[in-house]
Amino acid sequence: MEYFLQQLINGLTLGSIYGLIAIGYTMVYGIIGMINFAHGDIFMVGAFIALIAITALGFVASTGIGLIILALMLVLVISMLFAAVYGWTVERLAYRPLRGSFRLAPLITAIGMSIALQNYVQIAQGARVKPLQPIITGGYTITETMTENGLFAVQLSNIQILIIVTTVILMTLFSLLIAKTSLGRSQRACEQDRKMAALLGVNVDRTISLTFVVGAALAAVAGLMFLLYYGVIDFYIGFVAGVKAFTAAVLGGIGSLPGAMLGGLLIGLIETFWSGYFTVEYKDVAAFSILAIVLIFMPSGLLGKPEVEKV
Amino acid sequence: MAATTENRVIASLKDSLISAVIAFALFGPIVGLKTETEPGGLALSAHFGTVGVIVAIVFVGRLLLNLLVWKADRPITRGLSGLIPAQTSLGGFGKFVAPVALLFALIFPFLPITDRYILDLSVLVLTYVMLGWGLNIVVGLAGLLDLGYVAFYAVGAYSYALLSTKFFPMLVEMGYVGGGIMDWAFWICLPLAGILAAFWGIILGFPVLRLRGDYLAIVTLAFGEIVRIVLLNWYWFTGGPDGISRIPRPSFFGIPFSRGEGGFADTFNLDYSSMQRIVFFYYLILALALLTNLVTLRLRRLPIGRAWEALREDEIACRSLGINTTNTKLTAFAIGAMFGGFAGSFFATRQGFISPESFTFIESAVILAIVVLGGLGSQIGVVIAAVVMIGGFEIFRQAEEFRMLIFGLLMVFIMVWRPRGLISSRKPSIGLHSRKAIGAENVAQGQG
Repeated sequence: MEYFLQQLINGLTLGSIYGLIAIGYTMVYGIIGMINFAHGDIFMVGAFIALIAITALGFVASTGIGLIILALMLVLVISMLFAAVYGWTVERLAYRPLRGSFRLAPLITAIGMSIALQNYVQIAQGARVKPLQPIITGGYTITETMTENGLFAVQLSNIQILIIVTTVILMTLFSLLIAKTSLGRSQRACEQDRKMAALLGVNVDRTISLTFVVGAALAAVAGLMFLLYYGVIDFYIGFVAGVKAFTAAVLGGIGSLPGAMLGGLLIGLIETFWSGYFTVEYKDVAAFSILAIVLIFMPSGLLGKPEVEKV
Repeated sequence: MAATTENRVIASLKDSLISAVIAFALFGPIVGLKTETEPGGLALSAHFGTVGVIVAIVFVGRLLLNLLVWKADRPITRGLSGLIPAQTSLGGFGKFVAPVALLFALIFPFLPITDRYILDLSVLVLTYVMLGWGLNIVVGLAGLLDLGYVAFYAVGAYSYALLSTKFFPMLVEMGYVGGGIMDWAFWICLPLAGILAAFWGIILGFPVLRLRGDYLAIVTLAFGEIVRIVLLNWYWFTGGPDGISRIPRPSFFGIPFSRGEGGFADTFNLDYSSMQRIVFFYYLILALALLTNLVTLRLRRLPIGRAWEALREDEIACRSLGINTTNTKLTAFAIGAMFGGFAGSFFATRQGFISPESFTFIESAVILAIVVLGGLGSQIGVVIAAVVMIGGFEIFRQAEEFRMLIFGLLMVFIMVWRPRGLISSRKPSIGLHSRKAIGAENVAQGQG
């Protein structure tokens, strides 16, 4: 039971990170119907910018807790801003010229962008794994029990609290953005019918650009979380995380924002529980198999709207 | 007139400045501040000189483009646009391209310019041509977007490797067959590898073919990854990350390419040379690729090929006309997979060593890129795209670390420049009255 609780906490943390990335996929898919393959790499770029910002600010674990939080907020804003520029540029260069083209075209440029971004970061920052000393340490012990192997304590670390709380706050803000602001309104309009939205005075190009900007910013948050949680990043983290996050988006029902979050949490939980109870090596196999099974029996995902076939 | 020129210059300068600022934001942190691992933790080393150069290039380049092309009264590229037609159709010319290319391919190993390096490279290009043609059946003809094609390539390679290094020696040891079988290992395993890959195509295809478009893409991607992860972790069977080494080389129909008595050179009274084996590899892959092409072209004339193309154009219409869509998709998947399997066992025998590292997602992406860049459904387009992508990739061998970066950017550039692929129109296999060429925009929407 204690072991289960611990895995649940770890799974929720991982799932939050996946969920934040998945939102970028689901938004882009919802609005222009393409798999933004480079999104995982935007997440990686966000993590790198966060790493650079943290190193530049030069803070260590001994700084006071108030200062750390302030500095982390600054890092968060920096990496969101810069990653947003990346998201905007990728859309502008690789996707906008192909709007209205046939569907495989933007997929190919997306894969090309993904390869280019990975190798660009590899050249600029080096291929070696970048370690970061833990910034946020400590945590709470929830329960302690004696087992035959000794004391087993269920730990909830401060960094896990930070990740889950930040995700919840961001998700709330984001839902408000979509529901209440004019950007959210035009976004939903474009999602339903791009041509009609354009006729009614919505600037479609601008809305799509902003979608990429918002998605990239959220991916950058996930990047910072990933960096703080695992303490190591390299130029390749974007691919695996990207595929998992896309899996999460599809699992939750692509195009649906709560679905993306739910899918992210589920993928995180499946992965953690599988590693905890079975084998670590096959955790990705477990996540992908669940995806295949869900899609076969529930082709529109958990919360997605079923597609209507029009003749 | 003067006022508009002034406006134009100011507008261009403004635009270029904005681009330069964006370039600075893009490259400033990532290029300008490199994180270095040092004993006390991470440190930063500044490379702002490089950033300055990049930003300057962006500014000047954008300014020149603005002044001379985009905002100019008379763009200097005016003359160029006539030279490069927006839509390429080989037209009547196409009749000659294929035979000439084939003839060139046949005599290629004996041309004076051909050395070992170029021949090795052309074997690689031909491997990708074959994979491209195999995938073209799935993506180009049946319109099923497959992002996990490399899985079948891996199945073929591992089938051959495991059969020839483990199963056959076991049979020989147990006395069921004579030792001579080892000379024929490749020729026995090649069809087996194809059949096994086709079976895997059916096994993987069966559950997922109900899915449409992008869902199919992501599930095939997931399957590709699953196959790779299993190969990586099933240590006692596949050797895990160590891979399988000392895979037997193929023989010339039973005659090994070895020095001395009974070898290829000895049998045909030639001087022994290691080139003979490479020339043999070249013709082997050429034959396999041509087989793929021939089978595809013939299949397109059969009812099943017609059904594939119909399925690609409109699945609902297909179903209402009584075509069994599941079977049609499965055959496309299985036949595509079979050729992937053939190419895989060729790869294994050429390399002599395989490991899961050779079967990553990047391979699938490269093969798909070749098919799409060549123009979906176009056989000759695949050849051109393979030569451009793989050959172009080799040109940058000196700039080792920039290769993949350039490769990725090339993919983006060609696609933006030619969204329909290099050869962007083709004739439909069947028409009611006249045979009109149709544009690639009507070809393969990738909707499963």
